[in-house]
Amino acid sequence: MLQVGLEHFLFVSAILFSLGIYGIVTRKNAVMVLMGVELVLNAANINFVAFSKFGNFGINGQVIALFVIVLAAAEAAIALAIVLNVYKTFVNINVDEINKLRD
Amino acid sequence: MDLYDIIFYLFALLTLVSAYFVVTNKNIVHSAFFLLFTLFGIAGLYVLLGADFLAVVQIMVYVGGILILLLFGVMITNKITNVSIKTGTIHIIPAAIVIGLFAGALASIMVKTQWQTESAKIPFTTSYALGKSLITEYVLIFEILGILLLIALIGAASIARREEKE
Repeated sequence: MLQVGLEHFLFVSAILFSLGIYGIVTRKNAVMVLMGVELVLNAANINFVAFSKFGNFGINGQVIALFVIVLAAAEAAIALAIVLNVYKTFVNINVDEINKLRD
Repeated sequence: MDLYDIIFYLFALLTLVSAYFVVTNKNIVHSAFFLLFTLFGIAGLYVLLGADFLAVVQIMVYVGGILILLLFGVMITNKITNVSIKTGTIHIIPAAIVIGLFAGALASIMVKTQWQTESAKIPFTTSYALGKSLITEYVLIFEILGILLLIALIGAASIARREEKE
């Protein structure tokens, strides 16, 4: 049990995923919701790399993890731009108080 | 229990404990700094999994790019002088119960399943193989991701300064 194998990495990734979901649903601030999304994406990435090491998939899992990192960077940039726009319009970025689509 | 296992447990503990503080800390800036430790821990896990290039990319992109971007977002959207940098939380108790059940189910599935492991043929340094598969097998996704990054750059710039046009 103490010998580190695939299950240990998957366990860490499962807990990290759950913590990310918890951050997404409980935080008010939109930037904190973004941090939760980053945790979830990282948990998925750990799974990709772990299966790439312990399964017979060669390097493919690591390539997909690289793509996920690129997508996370693009997502963070776009989401931050939207958050800045929301802040200009509503003066705060609490996701439970912003409930209008127009000015 | 050899050195590999001890280092794994250290990095896993660092990752999970700082991830817990990321989602529970009241101060946003503290959360961002705990996210830094989480990302470092995940980079360490990548190294333990034999993905050296990916660990360096993780540190460069996440710590050098995304975390700085998030900190910029925190500092622009909070009134620093009025010390309103703390953030509230909502629905803590139902969220904790549901997520706890979910985490228990997910973790027990991950641990109980008899995974069929097989020693993979991962080269000792992965950058050569990664670059080769990026320009042969995955070249279409590689090019599409390049265009996506360009679109994201233009889109972020145009969304963020839409107000000045009017």
